[in-house]
Amino acid sequence: MSHPEKNHIVPYSTYVIILLTLLTLTALSILVTSYELGPLAVSAALLFATVKTTLVLLFFMHLKFDQRIYAIMVSVVLLVFILVIVITFLDYSFR
Amino acid sequence: MAGNKTFIQEKETSDLINSHALTYMTIHQGSFYENHGKYKGIMAWITSTDHKRIGLLYLYSITSAFVLAAILGLLMKLELIAPGKTIMDARAYNGVFTLHGITMIFLVVIPGLPAVFGNFMLPLMIGARDVAFPRLNLFSWWLYVLGALVAISSQFMGGGPPDTGWTFYAPYSFRTGTNMLPAVMGAFILGFSSILTGLNFIVTIHRMRAPGMNWFKMPLFPWALYGTAWIQLLATPIVGITLLMVVGERLLHIGFFDPALGGDPVLYQHLFWIYSHPAVYIMILPAMGVISEILPTFARKPIFGYKAIIVSTMLIAIVGYFVWGHHMYTAGMSSTALIAFSFLTFLVAIPSAIKVFNWISTLYKGSIHLEPPFYWAASFLFVFMIGGLTGLILGSLATDMHVHDTAFVVAHFHYIIFGGVGFAFFGAIHYWFPKIFGRMYDKGWATIGWITFFAGFVTLYTPMFYLGIMGMPRRYFDYLPQFHGWNIVSSFGALILFAGLAIIITNLVRSARMGPIAETNPWGGSTLEWTIPSPPPLENFKEIPTVTRKPYDYSEIS
Amino acid sequence: MIMSQPAAHTEHFDATASKIGMWLFIFTELLLFGGLFIVYSVIRFSHQTAFHLAAEELDVVLGATNTGLLLLSSMTIAMSVSAIQFGHKRFTLILISTTILIGLIFLVNKYFEWSLKIEHGLYPGSATLQGLGNGDTLFFGLYFFMTGLHALHIIAGVSILGWVLARVASGKIHGTHFVHLENGALYWHLVDVIWIFLFPLFYLIS
Repeated sequence: MSHPEKNHIVPYSTYVIILLTLLTLTALSILVTSYELGPLAVSAALLFATVKTTLVLLFFMHLKFDQRIYAIMVSVVLLVFILVIVITFLDYSFR
Repeated sequence: MAGNKTFIQEKETSDLINSHALTYMTIHQGSFYENHGKYKGIMAWITSTDHKRIGLLYLYSITSAFVLAAILGLLMKLELIAPGKTIMDARAYNGVFTLHGITMIFLVVIPGLPAVFGNFMLPLMIGARDVAFPRLNLFSWWLYVLGALVAISSQFMGGGPPDTGWTFYAPYSFRTGTNMLPAVMGAFILGFSSILTGLNFIVTIHRMRAPGMNWFKMPLFPWALYGTAWIQLLATPIVGITLLMVVGERLLHIGFFDPALGGDPVLYQHLFWIYSHPAVYIMILPAMGVISEILPTFARKPIFGYKAIIVSTMLIAIVGYFVWGHHMYTAGMSSTALIAFSFLTFLVAIPSAIKVFNWISTLYKGSIHLEPPFYWAASFLFVFMIGGLTGLILGSLATDMHVHDTAFVVAHFHYIIFGGVGFAFFGAIHYWFPKIFGRMYDKGWATIGWITFFAGFVTLYTPMFYLGIMGMPRRYFDYLPQFHGWNIVSSFGALILFAGLAIIITNLVRSARMGPIAETNPWGGSTLEWTIPSPPPLENFKEIPTVTRKPYDYSEIS
Repeated sequence: MIMSQPAAHTEHFDATASKIGMWLFIFTELLLFGGLFIVYSVIRFSHQTAFHLAAEELDVVLGATNTGLLLLSSMTIAMSVSAIQFGHKRFTLILISTTILIGLIFLVNKYFEWSLKIEHGLYPGSATLQGLGNGDTLFFGLYFFMTGLHALHIIAGVSILGWVLARVASGKIHGTHFVHLENGALYWHLVDVIWIFLFPLFYLIS
């Protein structure tokens, strides 16, 4: 039996809506960063990227509809990665 | 030991009489050694997707790599037996310690226990017929062989053998004229082998446990392999990309680590150690898992603190990601980073210590059976503690300033890697030998081999602690005259250790071919691999068992 | 794949195992690129102005187009997983083919982008780049390395989807056995996510 848990088939319309959202966010990110934000530019750009990625993970990659274990694994991996960057910057920010 | 005739030893005498009448073929009938497919001979092995055969393929390749690297180590000790040039010049010495490191780390210790005993035993211990992706498993071995060949080819091409040390530090690694590309690409390929093995084991453990074996009925060696597999999966890609960047530096001058182009060599060190520190947990976690299997069996007592060991395993795996900077205290990091890394390093020592307490408590009031696997496990405790405690000296900022890049470091990591992983490996091979080969080895010789090896080991490495504190640098082919005396002692220890190795390996190889037939469960182990014939049949279990007992329950085993 | 004897008794196919395996592989890819993101952040941190200026050399329109295209292709391949379950075989084939086509267009765009840079002498190791100074050298080193590695993954993704397409066409992948399509889609989404981060970090910081 392939998928005993998953009876829910995501309708096409959901995907279309998500795409439109993603394209809007992309356009917004270009707009926002066209202003002189200085140091905030990176944060703004990364924020948009993060929101877009979350949408892709949850909907396109099915984390919202799958068993929790997948979302937990993804979160742990991302957390470890972010911590590694933060710790690396304990060196560079304070030199 | 003499007066302690257990039922095991009495049975063995009659086995000995029987064994001479039995032929080589008898053991193999019905076992996984029998060829079922269209191939015969060596082809049947190198195309096999049977986890047991793959485990043995790794055993033979890894042992070969180990012997090669050990000989290189011996050559280094011969060079260091006297100041000045003894048998090689500086350039040759640099090449030797580089190859010794690359081979030992990437070809022996990192694959080591998971590839050999993980492959062979994991499915057996969880009641499965194979791993989740058997063809991927074979592919992992093929990658190992390819990576090994590519890395070793670096010894023979025009530029000369790599001389950077196994750590390939920038900027020298992209400025040196020696053959860095094959060495680095070989390591990259080997990394893939490691990643895929980790991936395979994670899925195997999640999906293929026998009915009734929930997570907290699973024995500790599979648990250790689980933690290890996550590190293999998540840490190795970072060194993969770092090695690719070194290639980029050499070929394209991308400049990330090149101070002349605005890059930062310390960034290389960060990236390298972000993998290579967790890598040492890839090495030690399975070793700890082996000890957690051996000690309860030979104390005939459940492991003390089963859950605590599991929690410690996972803590080591996780916290181990965040301590890498302790390899870089003198590299020029900020003081914030220095303090943070030192603090985290002390934190990660705690779960290891918890395990040591649990192991010792397992032995307390146990019914100890003195057999070779037990000797290895007990001596593991000794060398692991010394390795671990000296690690704290290195983890502490003030003391590390004094001993960084000296022989002290070399002594520390050989105690903990060679001592920790090495002793656990020997313990594992002496423990599971009867199951794998269906025969028993000579226990007298095994014990003599162990004593000789242990004596050689301590003689070889202990003086290095002192030499390091007194200021003898590492990775130098020469040293000041005041270091001569203890270097002689140390090099002599290497010879004793080699003698011990020779005895051990000879005993095992001989016994695999003509030792007395072993019974199914010679040690009275309580885990599932001891319930099936030795050697196991191709499909492991006639029927997948349903697990009801807690792990390490010896109440029903006589 | 080389295989000799049927190693172990083949139990029924475990789709969940296959899917977990694919996610685990995705984690390794995330960390592979993660290493490059670490390098990017550190180097950017020490060369803020140079990066800001160097980024102006990049064509935002081309970058945004490629972003839009990849997002669209992510939608089409996601939809294909629903389509196969609905039993809409033809639509599934169209969706997968569209995804592949968009991937190829992306590569063509990349080719043009790179050609433009190389024509202007902006490539790793070039004399022009050495002359411009460290920030620019590093920016373009990172640019080519990261987009290059990403392009390799697009090629891999296109190949995987090509294989999946063939299996859907032959019926080996169908409504009750489609985990390989799911896994191919997951890989494609990964390639998309990487670009979602690459785009702002290289194109939107000018």
